[in-house]
Amino acid sequence: MNSIISLSVLGVLVLFLGILKKKTWLLPLILVGLVASLMMTLLHWNMNRSLFHNMLIIDNTGVAFSSVLIFSTFLIFLFAARYYRKVIRPLDDIYAIMIFALVGAVLMSYYGNLIMLFIGIETLSIALYVLAGSHKEAITSNEATLKYFLLGSFLSGFLLFGIALLYGSSGSFDLYAIHSYVVDHIQQGLPPMFKAGLFLLIIGLAFKIAIAPFHFWAPDVYEGTPTLLTAFMATVVKTASVVAMYRFFSITFFGIHGVWEMTIAILAGITIVIGNVTGLYQPNLKRMLAYSSISHSGYMMLAMVAFSGRTANALLFYSVAYSIATITAFAILILVREDKGNDYFGSFNGIAKKNRIEAFTLAVAMLSLTGIPPLAGFIGKYFLFAAAIEQGWLWLVIIAIAGSAVSVGYYFKPIIAMYFREDQGTILLSGKPYKAHILFLTLLTILLGFLPFLLSGLI
Amino acid sequence: MLTLTLILFPLLVAIGLFFIKNERWARNLALAAALIESGIYIAALYTYFNFCHCQLLFRFEWLANYGISLKFGMDGLSMLMTLLTNFLVPVVIYSSFTQKVERASSFYSLIILMQAGLIGVFTAFDGIMFYIFWELTLIPAYFIAAYWGGENRIRITLKFFAYTFSGSLLMLVAIIYLYFHTPLPHSFDHIWLYASNLNPAEQVWVFLAFFLAFAIKIPIFPFHTWQPDTYVTAPYSGSMLLGGLMSKMGLFGMIRWMIPITYPVLNRTDGFFIIFPLIGIVYASLIAIRQDDLKRFVAYTSIAHLGLVAAGAMALNAQAMQGAMIQMVSHGINIVGLFIIIQYIESRTKTTSIAELQGIALKAPRLAVLFMIILLGSIALPLTNGFVGEFLILLGLFKYYWLYAAVAGLTVIFSAVYMLWMYQRVMLGNTNTVTESFTDLSWKEMIPLIAIVIMIFWIGIAPGMFMHLAENGVRQIIGVVR
Repeated sequence: MNSIISLSVLGVLVLFLGILKKKTWLLPLILVGLVASLMMTLLHWNMNRSLFHNMLIIDNTGVAFSSVLIFSTFLIFLFAARYYRKVIRPLDDIYAIMIFALVGAVLMSYYGNLIMLFIGIETLSIALYVLAGSHKEAITSNEATLKYFLLGSFLSGFLLFGIALLYGSSGSFDLYAIHSYVVDHIQQGLPPMFKAGLFLLIIGLAFKIAIAPFHFWAPDVYEGTPTLLTAFMATVVKTASVVAMYRFFSITFFGIHGVWEMTIAILAGITIVIGNVTGLYQPNLKRMLAYSSISHSGYMMLAMVAFSGRTANALLFYSVAYSIATITAFAILILVREDKGNDYFGSFNGIAKKNRIEAFTLAVAMLSLTGIPPLAGFIGKYFLFAAAIEQGWLWLVIIAIAGSAVSVGYYFKPIIAMYFREDQGTILLSGKPYKAHILFLTLLTILLGFLPFLLSGLI
Repeated sequence: MLTLTLILFPLLVAIGLFFIKNERWARNLALAAALIESGIYIAALYTYFNFCHCQLLFRFEWLANYGISLKFGMDGLSMLMTLLTNFLVPVVIYSSFTQKVERASSFYSLIILMQAGLIGVFTAFDGIMFYIFWELTLIPAYFIAAYWGGENRIRITLKFFAYTFSGSLLMLVAIIYLYFHTPLPHSFDHIWLYASNLNPAEQVWVFLAFFLAFAIKIPIFPFHTWQPDTYVTAPYSGSMLLGGLMSKMGLFGMIRWMIPITYPVLNRTDGFFIIFPLIGIVYASLIAIRQDDLKRFVAYTSIAHLGLVAAGAMALNAQAMQGAMIQMVSHGINIVGLFIIIQYIESRTKTTSIAELQGIALKAPRLAVLFMIILLGSIALPLTNGFVGEFLILLGLFKYYWLYAAVAGLTVIFSAVYMLWMYQRVMLGNTNTVTESFTDLSWKEMIPLIAIVIMIFWIGIAPGMFMHLAENGVRQIIGVVR
């Protein structure tokens, strides 16, 4: 709760700084503000209370995930100065909108009422529509924002309609009230209206998470959006949407199985296949990362399918591992795009010769995303696979395994290009702080792989 | 603690080496580290023999609520395999000193990282730890082959990686699946996994997952297609690590994990799965006879020899398994010896084609003698290391089913044919234009070969210590199987 207020205030402050034309104060203020918000969030640990008649439920799951969201945003802002160094105008608007989007994301990890979920998603989405088009001179950015806005608002309709149907059948927006309705009616079968509502709600969330067959927007939007904001979309937005889905299922269907699992399992299977196979055919890193993010949504759905007391833990670890590796990849992508003007795999040829740190960090990120031990990505995948096998979803795990094996084909493309292809004498101008940041992220990836108990078992 | 030191020391050295700028320093440090590691190993061996047979266990709860612990120890099997690792890695590093290596610090860092991974595989007593280190070895192997390799390396090494990685992933599923069938509270500890409770159908699936992972790694026919290309394209040090050590991971995995957990499948299928390595023996031997490229030749002989070892491991009796253990060590030593010799030949003549070489023995008697000894070890002549293992394997196979022993026995004849014929064409006769100016080995070049020859005779003449270790290791496995 504190963090929602503090983040909102931070956003407004950033806008004021823009009015006052204090450009150099912007990023320091944001970083300090984010750290302060992170602290305030962590203060809620073990507090377990609900606010405003269950509108927001402050529990450890919510605290953990909103900390991850704030931390990921913090990591992304570390690269902002470098990314926007050639832009002269103050960037208060973009930064403020990012922070407002973060507020929406945090709401999604605390909500206890479907109205709050909708407010969270819309706060996040509307901010994102603007961010996707924030590079107004570029036609791709315009395309991205238009595509995202049209599809996103359409799918928001689905979500809202689903919420309305759920309300119509159960008579409440409150997750706990819906839960008791489900408990009462599960014996004689849930009414079609409820099921339809559930289905529409799943579709609405699936769109935000980019689960097939609702993923078509992702590659184009990712490609057109300014790279820094793509990193934001691929990590913060995805984590928030997955948490939203987790909260919905874990509260409304607490102790009840067999209602939604098959639907999600099929969606997960399709997503993993489409994400990984299509990923093989992408010509550049940014689109590849889009498909990578789609297939990782598929893996995360494994946790939704196999619900147990450890699901939150698995999702938390996975989203942290995924976010850190993805942000690292985008950080290198920013450098290469600036140097070469594009991010085709050919542009990565031989950069390991002169840019050891950059190449090393990208390689570790790719290996972690592939799920190779002993990196964080492996532990995350292990948690998900183990949960799914425990609940008897072996066929889904086999699909996921096949997907992981296929993913070697595209995650290794940048590694091969950087290390084994002819050198073009590229020198990426990254600078000491930038190097320190990417090394820090890589260190986290390795550390979480070797010492997973630092993060696992908290929730 | 000694066990943990054996793993952590190379891991830390590998990280350190990565940052060293001076290439001479890097390679000397790598050799020093490998020798220190061997020293630590000797301390462990000494402790094992003189104080206890206590397996030098190290245990730390890693993810307690997921049943995963850092459990490492050294029983007879681990002792034997870590002996091979700690003997071969210094030899591999030293033999690379005659070559010019680009970016030496990364190269040696990867070799030492590989060593850490291998020792982890051989000492892990926890299923997930085994898997983690199993995959950890793949990264350095891939980078060594792909960065310092020869023609077509990108395509070939990606095939190698994808092939072995897919196999291992199925093994991961099998291990997790087993975990949920261990007695409550579940654990990945190897004793618990051995005690897992599966119905016959589940056993078959788990067996197949393990078998596939190991068959790809060894490799066993028909999963060997990645291997000859990879051995050829990898730099010599890489081929030595792949052929000498990485292939042993698969065999070791069979003996440590697959057989004790799923032996009923082997029993029920009446040795059906032994047929694959047996086909491999004949198939690879025939190809080896017709092979012109020396590196590819060694790759195919490796399929044949390791096929015999795999057949022995799956025969489920103590002799064959003990023989398999000994033969793993012997094969590792011999194949590294062969690669070193081919490396010397190629560095002098710039070719590895058997047809182009002739009469080297006239110019290089020292090389000829050392080559001959290593060759005889591979052929399994009595008093060399190959004999002990192959004899035990054939004996055990004969007990299992005489026809299998008869087919497997062909390997002895075949290997004599292809090895000696190759030797005749390469070393004997008169010199030609390619070999005219062939110079004999310098003392520096002979050191690794002499070390290998000493091991060949040691195992061949006085295999007592090795037999003892193998027996200790095998006893537990056979105990489970009975």
